[in-house]
Amino acid sequence: MAAEESYPDDLRYHAEHDWARVEGDVATLGITWYAQDALGEVVHYEPPDEGSSVARDESYGEVESVKAVSEVIAPLSGEVIEVNAKVVAEPETINEDPYGDGWLVRIRLSDSAEVDELLDVDAYRGLLAEQ
Amino acid sequence: MQTLRRTPLYERHAALGARLVPFAGWEMPVQYAGISEEHRAVRSRAGVFDVSHMGELRLAGDGSREYLQARLSNDLDRVGAGQAQYTLLTNQRGGIVDDLIAYRRGDDDYLLVVNAANVDADHAALAETEDVSDSWAYLAVQGPEALERLGVEIEPFAFREDVDVLGVRCLVAGTGYTGERGCELGCAPEDAVALWDAVLAQGIEPCGLGARDTLRLEVCYPLHGNDISPERTPIEAGLSWACALDKEFTGSDVLRRLRDEGPAERLVAFVMADAGIPRAGMAIAEGGKVTSGTQSPVLDVGIGLGYVPSALAEPGTEITIDLRGRPRRARIVRKPFYKREES
Repeated sequence: MAAEESYPDDLRYHAEHDWARVEGDVATLGITWYAQDALGEVVHYEPPDEGSSVARDESYGEVESVKAVSEVIAPLSGEVIEVNAKVVAEPETINEDPYGDGWLVRIRLSDSAEVDELLDVDAYRGLLAEQ
Repeated sequence: MQTLRRTPLYERHAALGARLVPFAGWEMPVQYAGISEEHRAVRSRAGVFDVSHMGELRLAGDGSREYLQARLSNDLDRVGAGQAQYTLLTNQRGGIVDDLIAYRRGDDDYLLVVNAANVDADHAALAETEDVSDSWAYLAVQGPEALERLGVEIEPFAFREDVDVLGVRCLVAGTGYTGERGCELGCAPEDAVALWDAVLAQGIEPCGLGARDTLRLEVCYPLHGNDISPERTPIEAGLSWACALDKEFTGSDVLRRLRDEGPAERLVAFVMADAGIPRAGMAIAEGGKVTSGTQSPVLDVGIGLGYVPSALAEPGTEITIDLRGRPRRARIVRKPFYKREES
């Protein structure tokens, strides 16, 4: 069952339709409601290796629908400390709960100052309104 | 800037919230509820597809049979009046210009239903035919409950004209592109909305081109432009069964030679052994290329079609697909991936 459209206040956003939940020097990353809706039913998640590095604005994984492949862009730089095994096994979790059980990776931040450059919810909604 | 054409059902698709995409010069629905959901509806119940973008060519009059026999691969005399036949239009090199359904209305009266993207190429190769595409709207109603819900009886590959289907005058053909029982309904463009509404009122679910593609791939029906093309022959593509090589047609001498010598590559079906979804254009490490690929909604695994060197074409052979830089193993299997249960 696909989720209702929403953009939580407590998250930070990247223009490529990714979100980050920052807690100290750890961030949880995922894709926004808009991104999963554009993709349709997700049937495969190709995650990065735990321990690998991700760089801000660069691809760290792929999500695929029946029809299309989409690269997932990292909103922040760091080291992958956890991959969401539930989403690897049940990729449709991304559609059902994009900000909760549908998270993709947890990373340890290498440069906390990058967080300030992300969009807040109002700025991200403004960006969606222009699309 | 090319203007996209719209079928008579465009407003209906938009009102249903379909995602509309350009396809072969037409603005077509790729999905309504979702590809997997529509796919399963067709496998378990019934779905309807707007295929009005398909082209129709007509040829009637003395010499029609002889003209088509010299240009289409299959033997029209294998079928009688009121029957339809899968056949190929070939070029001088034996390549496939198009795959199509020929309806034999009489000994010298034929209707050819062709791929939307190939109408012009087909008409050029079959100059004597008349392009009557604008006179037809087409719906494909497919699934185990399709005929029952429509109140239609038709045998596979038979067709009848001037049949009343839910109050609309139709050509009814026992054909389709999904591997399920069902039919295709041709009607006048001005009747298309009435027919569509009546079909939906029977609880038949609207389905888009996305599900049409995954359904046909599970049963290994080739898609022209992907799996077959003017550069590929029916011998390589496993379509010899649709070629009457005991008659003369365009490129038949090339095809007889290729059959005797054996083709360098063959179109095979494969299932992913590793995680990942194969896609058209991906390289196969042992040689060849993927021509179609998806996640099978019924089998829940990556499946694909591709050309491999003939020596590797045996079922059971392991191949390696280059998934955007990641080598992933796949196993060649017997076609098709999915077969419906005989009722």
